[in-house]
Amino acid sequence: MNTDLHVILNLFATSSRLQKKRAYLTIAAIAWGTVAILLLLAFGEGLKRQLDKNRRSTGENLAVMWPSETTKPWKGLPPGRPIRLRIDDVDFVRERMPELKAIHGEVQAGRVALTYGRKTVNGRIIGVNYVYGEDRKHYPLAGGRFLSVEDEVQRRRVIFLGDEMAKDIFGDEPPVGKTLLLNNAPYTVIGVMQKKTQMGMYGGPDANHAVIPITTFRAQFGRDQLNVMVVETERAQQMKQALARVNQLLGARYGYDPTDDRALSTWDMTKSANVTANIAVGIQLFLGIVGALTLLIGGVGVANIMYAVVKERTREIGVKMALGAKQRWIIAPFVLEALVYTFIGGALGIIIATILVSLTSFVPIESNKVLSFLGRPTLSPQIGVATSAILGLIGLAAGYFPARRAARIDPASTLRYE
Amino acid sequence: MTTQNHIIRMDDIRKTYDTGKVKVDALKGIHLEIEKGEMIAIVGPSGSGKSTLMNLIGCLDTPTSGTYEIGGQAVSGVTRDELAEIRNRRVGFVFQAFNLLPHITALENVELPMLFGGIKPAERHKRASELLERVGLGDRLDHKPTELSGGQMQRVAIARALAMEPDIVLADEPTGNLDSSAGGDIMSIFTDLWQQGRTIVIITHDPALSRRASRVVEIHDGRITSDQATNAAA
Repeated sequence: MNTDLHVILNLFATSSRLQKKRAYLTIAAIAWGTVAILLLLAFGEGLKRQLDKNRRSTGENLAVMWPSETTKPWKGLPPGRPIRLRIDDVDFVRERMPELKAIHGEVQAGRVALTYGRKTVNGRIIGVNYVYGEDRKHYPLAGGRFLSVEDEVQRRRVIFLGDEMAKDIFGDEPPVGKTLLLNNAPYTVIGVMQKKTQMGMYGGPDANHAVIPITTFRAQFGRDQLNVMVVETERAQQMKQALARVNQLLGARYGYDPTDDRALSTWDMTKSANVTANIAVGIQLFLGIVGALTLLIGGVGVANIMYAVVKERTREIGVKMALGAKQRWIIAPFVLEALVYTFIGGALGIIIATILVSLTSFVPIESNKVLSFLGRPTLSPQIGVATSAILGLIGLAAGYFPARRAARIDPASTLRYE
Repeated sequence: MTTQNHIIRMDDIRKTYDTGKVKVDALKGIHLEIEKGEMIAIVGPSGSGKSTLMNLIGCLDTPTSGTYEIGGQAVSGVTRDELAEIRNRRVGFVFQAFNLLPHITALENVELPMLFGGIKPAERHKRASELLERVGLGDRLDHKPTELSGGQMQRVAIARALAMEPDIVLADEPTGNLDSSAGGDIMSIFTDLWQQGRTIVIITHDPALSRRASRVVEIHDGRITSDQATNAAA
């Protein structure tokens, strides 16, 4: 109602004010609580984003399949038969499943001698299809590139190095364009992988291997058997169906029960992605609750002050009541007052927390293993909304309960004597 | 007998305070009718129930039993907010301790009941200035109560009591905190108001004040023991 608002604002404007010191302390308590909740949430958000980034650094919506043994009998054949996949199975599946975002095969060789000049390093070599670079987030550092279609089709002797392996072989020398010997065959280095923190891995960390075209691998090592087949879907929800379809196709080709999910052991990364996401949300929730409790203490401070104010202004309230003030006209200015203190404190807290969070961007985290896992505290609009909502609720509660006591004052007993 | 001339009608009003262990009967059956234009003094020793009676007349409290009408409106079974509205429109209070809000000006104090009564700001300002002028404080509009003498504060309080054109002005020991000269001034203002046709109820034990009333009601131990017209001329 308009008259209500007019009366309430008028009363708010003309009611007596807090002592300055008290007001400052109240505002400081709220500011402190706000800083605490914002920093904790920012820390949680940074951790969540870093976990997410690290998780995705292996690749998104991937499932890895290893050739294994059947566990179910099929058309008169006993269980326990080994299933072997070949390089051309990748094309076979790709042609029949256009709905997949990508599919690639991997052929591995461990302890291959990589020689540059007088230095030899033994390492893991993987032959892959060119789509691997995108799928598995092997992004080249500036000045280099990943394997191309032409490399694969023409069986070029080109090699893409993991960053740590590149450092092992070349030290501080720039590797791109250099020629190294791989089991005595010369290969040209075309790129080095950008550093990444990898959470999920199979075989070994990406930083410690080197990648060559699968066709070149076959030519040099004479091996046709796939170690791993990796499928990628557009969305995580499509993975289950896609894996069933892959087993159907390969089951028909190699003669195993398509419902036998052990014939090819499968690691569906979309499942672990959910787990990681839930952990991150859990951590953030926990930090949020701790922060909210800190802020709540600030709110208790405001409520305490407001209770004291109600007591101090008992006579003032009694006079207003005698003159015909309705209960809501007594309550609302108190709530408004508490909200004002809360919002001034909250605004200060937001400013301080924003400054602190932006200061952390000057701390280098890439070089530190722990920090690069924890990530950088980050403030998001959602954090802003959540904090404001909590502040608002606390302000309302801190004003409402003392105000309700004010509204219950018996005017008759407050007015008679000094 | 019609109710029209009766501003206040109390019939068998009882008020019992229940303190848990003991029940105190503060009023034990009050019959009181006050006509428009009367100036009544309610007198009695402390503990006689006159404060309780004042709270009931002023609608600061409601009776335990009995019927009470003010300006023809029954005061029973009403909410706190409705009671507040009745106070706002029908009762103008003048207290012994003045009870002005200390941090706002005399003018704002007088405007306050009109703010609650929903009167527009321009009208509030105009009426408050006029009322303060009428009680002789035309040059003190922007003074805060702390900058005024006791007599001046009580005059602000009278102006405030008149702001909503109430049915009655209810004064509780209005001269109790004043020296005799300031008290005399305040009594004169009440007499003037009465002569202008206002209904005035004064709770007092000051004989000088009760002598000026047209009617004196004595109350003892929760009952009216005497109700007499005086020879004070209207």
